[in-house]
Amino acid sequence: MSEPAGTEEPSSERSSSAGTFSQVFAKALEGNTVTVTVLAIVTAAVVGGLLAAFTNPVVLHAPAGDIIPKAWSVVAGTYVALFEGSIVNPHTVAAFFQQASLPTAVHDGFLGAVFNPLSETCVAATPLILAGLAVAVPYQAGMFNIGGQSQLIGGMILSAWLGFGVSMPIVIHVIVCVIGGFVGGAVLGWLAGEIKARTGAHEVIVTIMLNYIMAYLLAYLLSSPSLLQKPGSTDLITPEVASSAHLPQLFGNGIMRVNAGFLLALACAFGAWWLMNRTTTGFELRAVGANPSAARVAGMRVEHAWVLVMSIAGGLAGLGGTAIVLGTDFAVNPSNFGTYGIDAITVALLGRGRPAGVVWAGLLFGALTAASPGMQSQANTPVQIVQVLTSVIVLFVAAPPLIRTMFRLRATRARGVGTTMSKGWNA
Amino acid sequence: MRLTSLLTAATTASAALLLAACGSSSSSAPASGASSSSSAAGGATTSAPAATTSAAASGKFLACMVTDTGGINDGSFNQTSWKGLQDAAAANPNIEIRNIQSIPPNTDYARNINTFLTQKCGIIVTVGFAMGDATKASAGKNPDQKFAIVDNSYTPVIPNVNALVFNTVQDGFLGGYLAAGMSKSGKVATFGGQQFPTVTIYMDGFYDGVQYYNSKHGTKVQVLGWNEATQKGTFSGDFTNQTKGQTITQTFISEGADIIFPVAGNVGLGAAKAVQQADAQGGNVNMFWVDTDGCEAANAKQYCKYFITSVEKGLDVAVKTAVLAAQSNTFKGGNYVGTLANGGVTLAPLHEWASKVPAALQAELKTVGLGIASGQIQAPTKSPVG
Repeated sequence: MSEPAGTEEPSSERSSSAGTFSQVFAKALEGNTVTVTVLAIVTAAVVGGLLAAFTNPVVLHAPAGDIIPKAWSVVAGTYVALFEGSIVNPHTVAAFFQQASLPTAVHDGFLGAVFNPLSETCVAATPLILAGLAVAVPYQAGMFNIGGQSQLIGGMILSAWLGFGVSMPIVIHVIVCVIGGFVGGAVLGWLAGEIKARTGAHEVIVTIMLNYIMAYLLAYLLSSPSLLQKPGSTDLITPEVASSAHLPQLFGNGIMRVNAGFLLALACAFGAWWLMNRTTTGFELRAVGANPSAARVAGMRVEHAWVLVMSIAGGLAGLGGTAIVLGTDFAVNPSNFGTYGIDAITVALLGRGRPAGVVWAGLLFGALTAASPGMQSQANTPVQIVQVLTSVIVLFVAAPPLIRTMFRLRATRARGVGTTMSKGWNA
Repeated sequence: MRLTSLLTAATTASAALLLAACGSSSSSAPASGASSSSSAAGGATTSAPAATTSAAASGKFLACMVTDTGGINDGSFNQTSWKGLQDAAAANPNIEIRNIQSIPPNTDYARNINTFLTQKCGIIVTVGFAMGDATKASAGKNPDQKFAIVDNSYTPVIPNVNALVFNTVQDGFLGGYLAAGMSKSGKVATFGGQQFPTVTIYMDGFYDGVQYYNSKHGTKVQVLGWNEATQKGTFSGDFTNQTKGQTITQTFISEGADIIFPVAGNVGLGAAKAVQQADAQGGNVNMFWVDTDGCEAANAKQYCKYFITSVEKGLDVAVKTAVLAAQSNTFKGGNYVGTLANGGVTLAPLHEWASKVPAALQAELKTVGLGIASGQIQAPTKSPVG
């Protein structure tokens, strides 16, 4: 696809410091070839393995001659647990084939056990993909959305309230709740966009502060019995949403938790790609992202574009929250929004700001997330090391020069990707 | 076309990760001590056929714990619950213990519990009321899996969940009585981490204990930081910010309080620092520790000389009992309430204060304790037990 005209002119109308910020982000995405990405992940796996080995008490307290084998077994155990927890556990496959007949094996849940790790990967990826899109889409329009967290909470609040507070027929209820979740997030995205459009206040600051506002607002709502708190309970939790508002489970009510939320995330990724690349609106949004001044001269409504794209982004993040409430948790508490809105920035970065990339990055993060309880309990890898591993991957992916230097690759400027991204996303 | 190249990149990337994992899997699985040393014939009652993680040949009984955000080194209820598992493992070498800490990216309680289901744990212990719903849901789906949950109870009871709750209003009451008896300034103070029932129940008890002392002795000892009638008081906001605990305690000291009772986990360490500072400046200020015996807790014992006592909650004993029962097939579901009568809650030994607390007051404490245990003295609370 062709870039809009005038991309060579970096615009710095309002804030030069934010301009620098954007350049750093854009640099990270620039010139990132396939080789570099693969090498980054391999390097991260090696570095992560070393970290896992040499933070393990078994290795640290081993006699000198025993260190290497012990370290090897820890690294192996960690990656075995990673694989078994996120893709497939060979023992479950063996157990499946030991069953007398196929129908009993399916009925008794042995098939579910085989696919459960993949199911968990998808469950963990769902909010990451949706919130990742909420960063990637505005990014193409030159906005940096740090408010995934607030928008996710907004979506959770509204979808949960519609889920337990309103009774409706079976199919309609869940649809209304999902729309409600989109609206709940979109309102917060709209607010940030509107504030920027009307006053020029920087969206990074506005969205960061909205994250705090929503987290504490949620805590307040959950502690007020007349509002969202479960009646008769002193716990900070909402009532459970009605079963008519649950997102359909894709594989029945067994152990597998993957639900329609994952399909929703994939559909949204496709929708986001289609909107940005196949519609006039998308073209306008990208043009505004590339150069707001040029877009304005060309007769585009820049402020309108900001508000629109932030509303869409907010809605996407809101759907991420909705998928948690209606897909797996069925209630809101002060911790189940997790750090998805923050991790989403990393996911968008790893996915190079493109919907398809966000899906893959979300799945990669989802796999790491799904496997981490197993890595912790089965291989005794501390949960913090799992986080270190994730961060190390991103570090290497985000710093191509580092990888190129490490492997003595010739610097190659990627065509295209860098062009839009490195220019004034933040007029 | 850029889309295609991206897809390729990401696919290759994930494939690389897979390969890395496969590589180590095929070449070393038998050697991996950590992952194969484990697992559980003891959990044979599990209905979820959801996998045999490793060889069930070792015949070990797996006791598994999902802790809340604090983890097993939080110096508070997670650590004490974990100690229960460690004690069980020490008492019975056939028990192997594992834990998962619920901090990002492991915030999904259901996934953490599911992971233990697939590992065929003989008993899964969950810690904290926040895990109440996830535990209930999982227990319903897996009626043959044994669970225990700390600090949460169910009505009606769930047959395969042993819910462990503690009526800490009773030892809080004793603590309040002791504080009122020991205060020289006539002002004592308490504060909580967050306004959770498991926190305010202690504060209610402390408040009532002081009032009871006043009514017995005609004194007018005041409680700062909590009012049982209005259920309003001072909270630090979390269970980790020690600086906040220090500031709050300094404020109480400047208002004249000379005994501080923090009910806020590690925030109490900040209170201890403030007490230490006040002591260095010649003030006569001391405090109570909460949940565990502070003079025995690794992170708190350096302040032992300021701890008149600790208002304890016997999480470790209750957890250990539940695990041993599950292992020996004498497991009983339903709710267990720790009280002064059954030893589930208690005031810790006075340690360095044994000689400084007047014998008469110590004798009174015993009488009041017996009174509460027998029900003659009421220790009311507005916080539900558990």
